[in-house]
Amino acid sequence: MAYSDKVIEHYNNPRNVGSLDKKDPNVGTGLVGAPECGDVMKLQMKVNPDTRIIEEAKFKTFGCGSAIASSSLATEWVKGKTVEEALAIKNTDIVRELSLPPVKIHCSVLAEDAIKAALSDWKKKQGDAEAKPAEPATAASH
Amino acid sequence: MAIKLPIYMDNHATTPVDPRVLDAMLPYFTEKFGNSASRNHEFGWVAEEAVENARGQIAKLINATPKEIIFTSGATESTNLAIKGAAEMYREKGNHIITQVTEHKATLDTCKRLEKYGYEVTYLPVQKDGRINLDELRKAITPKTILISIMYANNEIGVVQPIAEIGKIAKEKGIFFHVDGVQAVGKIPVDVQKDGIDLMSISGHKIYGPKGIGALYVRRKNPRVQLAAIIDGGGHERGMRSGTLNVTGIVGLGKACEICQNEMAAESEKLRKLRERLTERIMSRLDETFINGSMEHRLPHNINISFAFVEGESLLMGINDIAVSSGSACTSATLEPSYVLKALGVGEDLAHTSIRFGIGRFNTAEEVDYVADRVVETVQRLRELSPLYEMAKEGVDVSKMTWQTAAEH
Repeated sequence: MAYSDKVIEHYNNPRNVGSLDKKDPNVGTGLVGAPECGDVMKLQMKVNPDTRIIEEAKFKTFGCGSAIASSSLATEWVKGKTVEEALAIKNTDIVRELSLPPVKIHCSVLAEDAIKAALSDWKKKQGDAEAKPAEPATAASH
Repeated sequence: MAIKLPIYMDNHATTPVDPRVLDAMLPYFTEKFGNSASRNHEFGWVAEEAVENARGQIAKLINATPKEIIFTSGATESTNLAIKGAAEMYREKGNHIITQVTEHKATLDTCKRLEKYGYEVTYLPVQKDGRINLDELRKAITPKTILISIMYANNEIGVVQPIAEIGKIAKEKGIFFHVDGVQAVGKIPVDVQKDGIDLMSISGHKIYGPKGIGALYVRRKNPRVQLAAIIDGGGHERGMRSGTLNVTGIVGLGKACEICQNEMAAESEKLRKLRERLTERIMSRLDETFINGSMEHRLPHNINISFAFVEGESLLMGINDIAVSSGSACTSATLEPSYVLKALGVGEDLAHTSIRFGIGRFNTAEEVDYVADRVVETVQRLRELSPLYEMAKEGVDVSKMTWQTAAEH
């Protein structure tokens, strides 16, 4: 299978790899996917509670090159955005940016799920009234 | 010695043609181009002589007689001919076939098709080491059983089945025994007499011969096996496989068998040492790595390792100057991880992390060291990226966690 140049670039130089303190009240953690499906993404964001701006984002991913690239790109995109702006990121945006083939679309879905799950965790920690439990955007069809 | 990249270490998929094989083939493309079925001129006689010589070379390697070798387009055709041909020929005797779950798709899909035509097929499970249980085989036999089809060695994990024991059981019960010999012939000693084999599929391109040529061994006595043809025409190959013979391919297959016969003992020893070197260099430097399948009953040039917490396709992407295969779902069209590893009871999480190494005739110790180093450094890098490795290091039992999407499958 041929990978797009952007996928290869993210795979070789993943952005924002690592972990944030998951006990920090300003850090939201999203863990999505399953090992038996071949991909698991952990996405963490540190949000400024006053400005609701995402100041830091870190990821770790178990998965194919496209999954690694999708989560690396997601951390790049959410940084500096507000919570609301980050929640507006769609998996199709990731598909377009990375030129993912149809069999790899589930990687982008997982990345969108990870953003939503992390921000939902953050909202829960903040006692945010609108906080809902993390729900996958769509069933990732593996 | 400088290493030439990329390195090919996927010799269960195919092998390069040995230059000695190519040299033997070349004249039969040009000046010796005759049709081996042309009985009335020199061109035909020369081609026929070459074909008969190759038949002898192949027969010798497996302790058969030349007349028992039928040429085909490859092992997939051989297996189709063996199973469908026997099923049709012996339909009145019975309609039951026994095979096992880690067979190649050529066998499994042929059996599935026969099921549509009213045949019954038993797919024996394998044990954790990848081998079938002989008691389960005995129990599966019914008065309607006409054929047992079991591979000599598996193409993913290299595990060698107890062929001689199966052959004995088949003989006792008067059941024909077909063996997919693709991965074993030319690599380890295969003897159709000692092993009690009645039908055996052989491939050219797995033993440093050309693609597009294969053979089927068909026993002629004790017992005599008859097959209904699946390709009809001019009655070539004793009526079992019509079509003008692929003389160049046949010459190549014959020569490839002759080389294997002469060099097998030394070559398998060399490959075993390289395999041990590779395994040791990888596994001594990484934790959480697991060998899939029996080490005791295994082809000398195969090793299949799961690298926990590192997905196989991403690992292949990191070692893109090395040609190996993965059991990861992402490398297959179906997005299902290897059915072979699943059958062994390897969890799907670990099946996704497996890599198959197939060391070949032309690999060197320097290449093995390079491959080991690249694998180790890539696994380490990807584990730094892996949330599962991080969790495992924190003492979380990843296998006991509830995963969000797990229920959707």
